[in-house]
Amino acid sequence: MMGPETHLGFGSPPREKMESLVLSDVASDYRSAMSSSLSAVVDGCDPLLSLPSPLSTSAAASSSSSFVDPPSYADVVFSPLDSQNGAAPDRPSLRRDSSSPRSDRAAASEYAKITVSDPQKEQDAVNSLVPGGGTYVTYLITSRTRAGGAEFRVRRRFRDVVTLADRLAEAYRGYFIQPRPDKNVVESQVMQKHEFVEQRRSAIEKYLWRLSVHPVIGKSEELRAFLQAQGKLPLPTSTDVASRMLDGAVRLPKQLFGEGPAGYVTPQDAVQPAKGGRDLLRIFKELKQSVANDWGVAKPPVVEEDKEFLERKEKMQDLEQQLSMASQQAEVLVKAQQDIGETMGQLGLAFIKLTKFETEEAIYNSQRVRATDAKCLATAAVKASRLYRELNAQTVKHLDTLHEYLGLMLAVQGAFSDRASALLTVQTLMSDLTSLHTRIDKLEAASSKIFGGDRSRMRKVEELKETIRVTEDAKCCALREYERIKENNRSELERLDRERHDDFLSMLKGFVINQAGYAEKIANVWAAVAEETSAYARQ
Amino acid sequence: MISPRSPPGSSSQSPRSPSAPPFLSVTVTDPVKLGNGVQAYISYRVITKTNLPEYQGPEKIVIRRYSDFVWLHDRLAEKYRGIFIPPLPEKSAVEKFRFSAEFIEMRRQALDIFINRIASHPQLKQSEDLRTFLQEDEETMERARSQETGIFKKKPADLIQIFKDVQSKVSDVVLGKEKPVEESNPEYEKLKHYIFELEDHLAEAQRQAYRLVKRHRELGQSLSDFGKAIKLLGACEGDSLGKVFADLGSKSELLSIKLQKEAHNLLMNFEEPLKDYVRAVQSIKATMVDRANAFRQQCELAETTKLKEINLDKLMLMRSEKAMEAEIEYKELKAESEEATRRFETIVKLMSEEMVRFQEQKTADLGLAFHEFAKGQAKLANEIADAWRSLVPKLDACSPSLCS
Repeated sequence: MMGPETHLGFGSPPREKMESLVLSDVASDYRSAMSSSLSAVVDGCDPLLSLPSPLSTSAAASSSSSFVDPPSYADVVFSPLDSQNGAAPDRPSLRRDSSSPRSDRAAASEYAKITVSDPQKEQDAVNSLVPGGGTYVTYLITSRTRAGGAEFRVRRRFRDVVTLADRLAEAYRGYFIQPRPDKNVVESQVMQKHEFVEQRRSAIEKYLWRLSVHPVIGKSEELRAFLQAQGKLPLPTSTDVASRMLDGAVRLPKQLFGEGPAGYVTPQDAVQPAKGGRDLLRIFKELKQSVANDWGVAKPPVVEEDKEFLERKEKMQDLEQQLSMASQQAEVLVKAQQDIGETMGQLGLAFIKLTKFETEEAIYNSQRVRATDAKCLATAAVKASRLYRELNAQTVKHLDTLHEYLGLMLAVQGAFSDRASALLTVQTLMSDLTSLHTRIDKLEAASSKIFGGDRSRMRKVEELKETIRVTEDAKCCALREYERIKENNRSELERLDRERHDDFLSMLKGFVINQAGYAEKIANVWAAVAEETSAYARQ
Repeated sequence: MISPRSPPGSSSQSPRSPSAPPFLSVTVTDPVKLGNGVQAYISYRVITKTNLPEYQGPEKIVIRRYSDFVWLHDRLAEKYRGIFIPPLPEKSAVEKFRFSAEFIEMRRQALDIFINRIASHPQLKQSEDLRTFLQEDEETMERARSQETGIFKKKPADLIQIFKDVQSKVSDVVLGKEKPVEESNPEYEKLKHYIFELEDHLAEAQRQAYRLVKRHRELGQSLSDFGKAIKLLGACEGDSLGKVFADLGSKSELLSIKLQKEAHNLLMNFEEPLKDYVRAVQSIKATMVDRANAFRQQCELAETTKLKEINLDKLMLMRSEKAMEAEIEYKELKAESEEATRRFETIVKLMSEEMVRFQEQKTADLGLAFHEFAKGQAKLANEIADAWRSLVPKLDACSPSLCS
């Protein structure tokens, strides 16, 4: 794994140190390069921030417009990164470009800083059945609000993150909520590895930060509880399957036989999609409804007519596809950049060895001259190799925007499916009502044939009318919920388009300036060598 | 070398001289594929321009193939022991690579360099075999080629094998592991070790250079694919931003082409010279084998001669009839021994001259290779910087969404 860059020999390094020039820490594994280049900036000393002055003088010497000027260059380059104010002790502060749209968004968030650190292994109170299990990792979550400046420190485990994500998904239907970090199937096995814990720590940090930057989610009680409530996380966890099944089993007969108030969907339930266990009947009904919708047997009165929405949905799907491709190719590009830098470094090393050898064994003057030439080339190659590595670290950060938005597409899908299931609930309730009305009509027609009315049938009618009233209420709730989600979808789509426009623009700009800047630096390195060896040029 | 027929008073410095200084320049060009199937091969046009009287006219064009060059190399190696014969490019190991444009170009360049090195070497350029190679028609050449040519009568395919055999034996012979008969010359010992270690360093440098060529190609490919993906992504965005995406994608594809070009440049002007350097060192090793053999021969003959001399003295003392015969034999052997000693000493002398030439030549060759490398890299980097920089005004013109 790459450690933080500590040696930046942009001047020519002393002869003896040449061989120890940083080549051994060249990360050959792409993934470690990815994570280490990200963490190198966040954890260690950042190469660009600590650029020594010799570089800026060489930059001043170059005649072309300077992309090499460290301060402004660094600013533009860093804007895609999460701009957090204040430094946790283990994290030096990153410069903020005060005019980037992303930092404007960050400035509007409730939290000035969220840090995840200090993973600790803890033991489960109850011994788990799984051998080697029973231990889990907790992380220290430090956050500071922008308003009061108060700092909060809590300990959370990954399960808490899952809970947070689930509760947010329930409470904020229709919103584009950042997908949470993945669970790992064989969690306890993988847990031992330091690398995994580090990856997870970083992923949780990013996740929390992105939640906090969301204009709505960032202000949520759930997030606040997660970040600030001491002790156990005060959010309801998903109830375990057993008790849900029991609940469901008890309610099912009542639902199936349609008796009593338990036979219909209560308004408060109507605002949630049907979930397993307790809502078995509702699931069956909604399934029937969706089948009916598909087959067009019963024409649903509420149809997804919003053409505009359908168009946008298609666009989102297209966007997701292209994002996936671009994200893939970005990874390949980064790998290729890394490789060329590495090989350049190896080439330099080979020539350093040759230089040393020729110098030691020199008998003729031509050998000494050659050794000098070789050293000139070797030094340049090593410099260029360094520059490639830095370029790549920046490229990774810029193109990360692609990966980020690809992840967000999942959130979009979730929001759209919230809408679809809300619509389905409305449709189901509506067809419920229709069938209830039909039943009433039938009963009334039958009882009218009997002189004086049919008391049992009339009683039934009254019951049904009561059911209709409740169902109407539920339908209104469901409709309101559907409209609410529709509105959330719409505003979120707008926000996504806006933010994506800005973020992509920022990404392209950063990428381009980064590439140009480093290409310039590399050109200067080689131009010097070409100048020094110009005596050999072909006549 | 001044030709005896040139007008009196002419020299390369005289401004009034009507005739030009002597020159011999050769070009290897125009590779053409001839023949079918397994028998197919590449032929080259070899154009000789000269004012030397030994040659037929100012310009001569012949058609030659790789095995003709091998014939010339082998003849020279046989006749000019002690001289570092300029190295030949290898026969292709991989069959399907044999007719790739890149391989053919690399070989053509190497053959051109080979023949010109011979033509400019003070001794080698006087060789009759060179003249045969440069002037005879194709039939004569083919006849010459198929004749026996001493220890290198094997086909080119086996040349590599011989070199490999020689290599393994060389380290034993030259480093004096096997045979007890070796020079006890500390300077020469040093040289031997130098040459062996040099080869390792150079081989490593050449390996990395070749890898660098590949990396350029890979980066080029990835830029091309990235450009395409970016263009498609841009199609999802609207108006001005979409246009910038498209521009960026196009630039990316453009740079991909430049990278492929630089990869080729790197290959021909940096990696190949390094490979050539390695081959040159291997040629020196072959000369070292010759030297070791010559030394051994000299020693053996000297030994045998001395024994014969002792025997002769004995016979003469005994006034035997065999003395006459023995004397003749002794005289013959003595002549041979002196010849062997002469041969060895020639090799030693030539080698030391050649070493100086070699070191100077290599400094110049490598210096040029470095220059071309640096020039190519600087040019590429500047092109990259220009291309990306040209996008910045368009990006700046793209307004953030707050205004829209």
